[in-house]
Amino acid sequence: MSLDLRNTCNGKQLILLLIFVLLSPLNWAKEAMPVAEDPVLERRMIALSEDLRCLVCQNESLAGSRADFANDLRREIREQMQANKSDKEIVDFLVARYGDFVLYRPPVKPATYLLWAGPFVFLLTGAGILFFYLKRRRKQIEEPPLTEEQHRHAEALLKEDKGNNA
Amino acid sequence: MTRFLLPLAAFIVLVGFLAVGLNLKPREVPSPLIGKPAPVFQSQLLHEPERMLASQDNLGKVWLLNVWASWCVSCREEHPLLVELAKSGIVPIYGLNYKDKRDLALQWLSQYGDPYTVSVVDPEGRIGIDYGVYGVPETYVIDKNGVIRHKQIGPVTIESLEKKILPLIKELQG
Repeated sequence: MSLDLRNTCNGKQLILLLIFVLLSPLNWAKEAMPVAEDPVLERRMIALSEDLRCLVCQNESLAGSRADFANDLRREIREQMQANKSDKEIVDFLVARYGDFVLYRPPVKPATYLLWAGPFVFLLTGAGILFFYLKRRRKQIEEPPLTEEQHRHAEALLKEDKGNNA
Repeated sequence: MTRFLLPLAAFIVLVGFLAVGLNLKPREVPSPLIGKPAPVFQSQLLHEPERMLASQDNLGKVWLLNVWASWCVSCREEHPLLVELAKSGIVPIYGLNYKDKRDLALQWLSQYGDPYTVSVVDPEGRIGIDYGVYGVPETYVIDKNGVIRHKQIGPVTIESLEKKILPLIKELQG
């Protein structure tokens, strides 16, 4: 049995119906856009920006921050990756503009020697102080030598003690 | 006696470190661009989109580049000072309208006054990235050779103008 449309609605109505259906805003909705065209590149971008500081909210990484600034820099990193720049080139690009502060791992150079060596300097200083303190203390609690009389007195006391126990 | 003096001395040193640390401004990250040539840009004027300004056009004069936006609250704070400075004619101020919408920016300028010789637009913040902008407002002092000599992070204040920016401009113009 074939459905005869002409019985339910005429041609004009059908066309109108089609127009309404096609023009309805629901049809314009698209599938959610993917975060990035290229998931591999996106992973690389996130991995790199994990180690970079967002200068607006300074305790957040560029990867984790929702600040507009972080968004712009992620876009910049993404674009440079698409242009086949290496990670080092991108990091150098950012350091040239924002300084070493953008790096969570600051480079070892004269200005950061204290930062890198500081904890070890404190550790060694502490260990040194402890060493000398213990050495001095051992000297202080060394048993003072007994005089002849004190010796005899002590022996007498010990003997007495033994006698009591027996 | 040293038994008590030593810990006291250590405590005072610690307090000193903490006091310095508390008074540092971590938001003010020193720019690596100071002493380096200002990044070159070319962009549309805010008022006349069909005209362009290139940063090289300003070679030979000392100028200020002020990064501003209509959405930026602390820009309002410094704005009267910029208007005053522009009136004094000491130094031309060029605006970088950062990540803004043209109509809102124009409205903002007509409301609060326009201290800028011209403003160029940076709708996507790309010029901003080249200049290491991470917060608005920021103001750069650029010398006759196109070298950045100073960066003011945050609003320009009377104090920063009198102590740093104006003397520097005088020196650079001299």
